[in-house]
Amino acid sequence: MGIIKAFKLGFDYLKYDEDGNVQDTQRAVNDVNLDIEAGEFVAILGHNGSGKSTLAKHLNALLLPTEGTLWIDDTVTSQEPELWKLRQKAGMVFQNPDNQIIGTVVEEDVGFGPENMGVPTEKIWKRVDESLQKTGMTAYRHHSPNKLSGGQKQRVAIAGVMAMRPKCIVLDEPTAMLDPNGRREVLEAVKELNRQESVTVILITHYMEEVIHADRVYVMDGGSIVMEGTPKEIFSKVDTLKHYRLDVPQVTLLAHELRKSGVDIPEGILTTEELVSALCQ
Amino acid sequence: MSIELKNVMYTYSPGTSYEIHALKDIDLNIPDGQFIGVIGHTGSGKSTLIQHLNALIRPTSGTILYNGEDIWADKYDRKTLRSEVGLVFQYPEHQLFESDVLSDVCFGPMNQGKTREEAEAEARKALSQVGFKEKNYGKSPFELSGGQKKRVAIAGVLAMNPKILILDEPTAGLDPKGRDDILDQIAELHAARGITIILVSHSMEDIAKYVERLIVMNHGETVFDDTPKAVFSHYKELETMGLAAPQITYIMHALKEHGLDVDADATTVEEAKRSILAVLNENKSALLKAEGGCLDD
Repeated sequence: MGIIKAFKLGFDYLKYDEDGNVQDTQRAVNDVNLDIEAGEFVAILGHNGSGKSTLAKHLNALLLPTEGTLWIDDTVTSQEPELWKLRQKAGMVFQNPDNQIIGTVVEEDVGFGPENMGVPTEKIWKRVDESLQKTGMTAYRHHSPNKLSGGQKQRVAIAGVMAMRPKCIVLDEPTAMLDPNGRREVLEAVKELNRQESVTVILITHYMEEVIHADRVYVMDGGSIVMEGTPKEIFSKVDTLKHYRLDVPQVTLLAHELRKSGVDIPEGILTTEELVSALCQ
Repeated sequence: MSIELKNVMYTYSPGTSYEIHALKDIDLNIPDGQFIGVIGHTGSGKSTLIQHLNALIRPTSGTILYNGEDIWADKYDRKTLRSEVGLVFQYPEHQLFESDVLSDVCFGPMNQGKTREEAEAEARKALSQVGFKEKNYGKSPFELSGGQKKRVAIAGVLAMNPKILILDEPTAGLDPKGRDDILDQIAELHAARGITIILVSHSMEDIAKYVERLIVMNHGETVFDDTPKAVFSHYKELETMGLAAPQITYIMHALKEHGLDVDADATTVEEAKRSILAVLNENKSALLKAEGGCLDD
């Protein structure tokens, strides 16, 4: 069984009136089945309001399902009394770097997680050293997080999660607020962790280019999973993606347009190299 | 309605050890009706620059002229300036505060001295221009999605009938369709109302698609100020500034290196498509099966 598994997962947001009675329910996640293997790099796409973030919050038990079951590393989240144990297995990084950094010095921020878990001091420092090194932030360990760029702050946030030695890391639009350089830095750090440390990665993003190296892509709409496949399979369906308010990488779109105009090239071209070899034979 | 900046400098925390020169000797002329993009890495001075344009920040030295008048002269009416130069911040949720959408959008025009009825008329016009549905007018801003909040924030500024609209990263965190919708509507406003648009963005693809003039900020200086095509042809230099060209530009350069004689300066999918098809056609390549009609759209 995979490290994260969902069976018929459903979640309702409840709206209460002034007396505390349930006034309204809104289904945010509906009948979702997932099976994510340890070490996989999985991407989740979907428009604003499609249920991605609600689903993501189930993956480290910030939310518990209204119906269905979610397993994190063989534990059913709704039956685990000590949820913090699950959150050490599946760490989470959010969109806005300024909302998730609490330390006044980078290395203290990274050490916050393991310290909270009761890791002995000397081991904390070892973990801090390792995490900073893995995210390429060692040179900034004595800096104030306030003075870092957006991409550097997100790498500190990722280092903070890594210091808890999770098996799985969930990133909810980690690059939405970053400049091109910041986006590249964060994505490289995440790919490295996946490759070198075999950490399972679940990446939620609106940038289609960030998805092309994923092992598998899920597309969400209306709280349900509507497409699943490799990046090539998913991005071959340009028109279906547009229907779900999504996009494809520019190179894929260009290839698709050329194909529509009669140029004999395959669908689902994901990189510049593929397009060059298809056109310059 | 031009804005002119002459030798504008701005220093944060002058005289302390945290002193930072956020703007260095900026000379800029923003005439009527342009659609301008501003790019630069985090901390390059973009936000400091745009806050100067409606007098939220006073320059440490230098002059800012609006229609030829110094906006920091004694008795200059900066309140009017701020309603003519509208600014939409990066986090729209931070600038919504009323209990329902319509009242929120009415706040600006009422502040300008309009009655509630007049303000509502402006608000309805502005909300429909940004594509916000009437059935949601009564909702609390907190019930809205990110894209809807951004639309309401933009409408709140539009309702004041600005002559110049400045948007700081209006599409961060939006899905691709929401991003295209908002930018299309901004482009339409530009065309319909003829207002000047200044768009700050981290998306080179959006910049290439919409703006006619592109200003690049680096370390508090304007390093490029030209058409997007001309600016993006310096993509190697842009990379050293933490920026990039649109993906299309890289694709076209790669094709050219591999012997396909395409226009390497193309910056949008549409331009690239046209250039590649033209070259393939010219080469009478066997690859091209379609008829000439496909070149027209």
